[in-house]
Amino acid sequence: MGGLPAGPVERGEHDEARSYADWERRVDAMAVLMAAHHITVDERRRHIEQLPPEAYDRMSYYERWIVSLTQAMIQRGVITTDELGRKMEEVRKRG
Amino acid sequence: MVEARFQPGDRVTVRNTAPLGHIRTPFYIRGHSGTIERLCGRFPNPEELAQMRDGLPALPLYRVRFLQREVWPDYRGSADDVLEVEIFQHWLE
Repeated sequence: MGGLPAGPVERGEHDEARSYADWERRVDAMAVLMAAHHITVDERRRHIEQLPPEAYDRMSYYERWIVSLTQAMIQRGVITTDELGRKMEEVRKRG
Repeated sequence: MVEARFQPGDRVTVRNTAPLGHIRTPFYIRGHSGTIERLCGRFPNPEELAQMRDGLPALPLYRVRFLQREVWPDYRGSADDVLEVEIFQHWLE
């Protein structure tokens, strides 16, 4: 991966490699919507590449996407960190 | 329009530097020499797009051909095998 040793290559196509959870489909849809608002794949990759290596390895594909979309929205002032923190609290309480 | 400085067949070397930000030029190819295979067109600079700017003027993007055995010291395939990487003009000398 990126010229470094990595595990075996997943040869399935993006959509058929495995079945995706609803939240993963929502994250994908949100990325498409944000691209329509000029948040480019390059911007999202910058945020993903800024993850510490151990976080990068621990997170799943769409978890990394969530981080990148969220960082982009905070940087652009679409949401604030306080709003994000409060929403996460609210969701956690739902159990 | 940013002028294309290279022609197919030209020998080029990829700059070996590691600035901050999102860089499309793969780490493993920096510092290696190859041959221009074609001009792919002109595209907004992804390094600028990644920083929330428009990336204009669009920059020439080339497909550059490298010999696998020159990129990977332990390469065991055919000596003629090549690797092609698309690289923006400002990364080439």
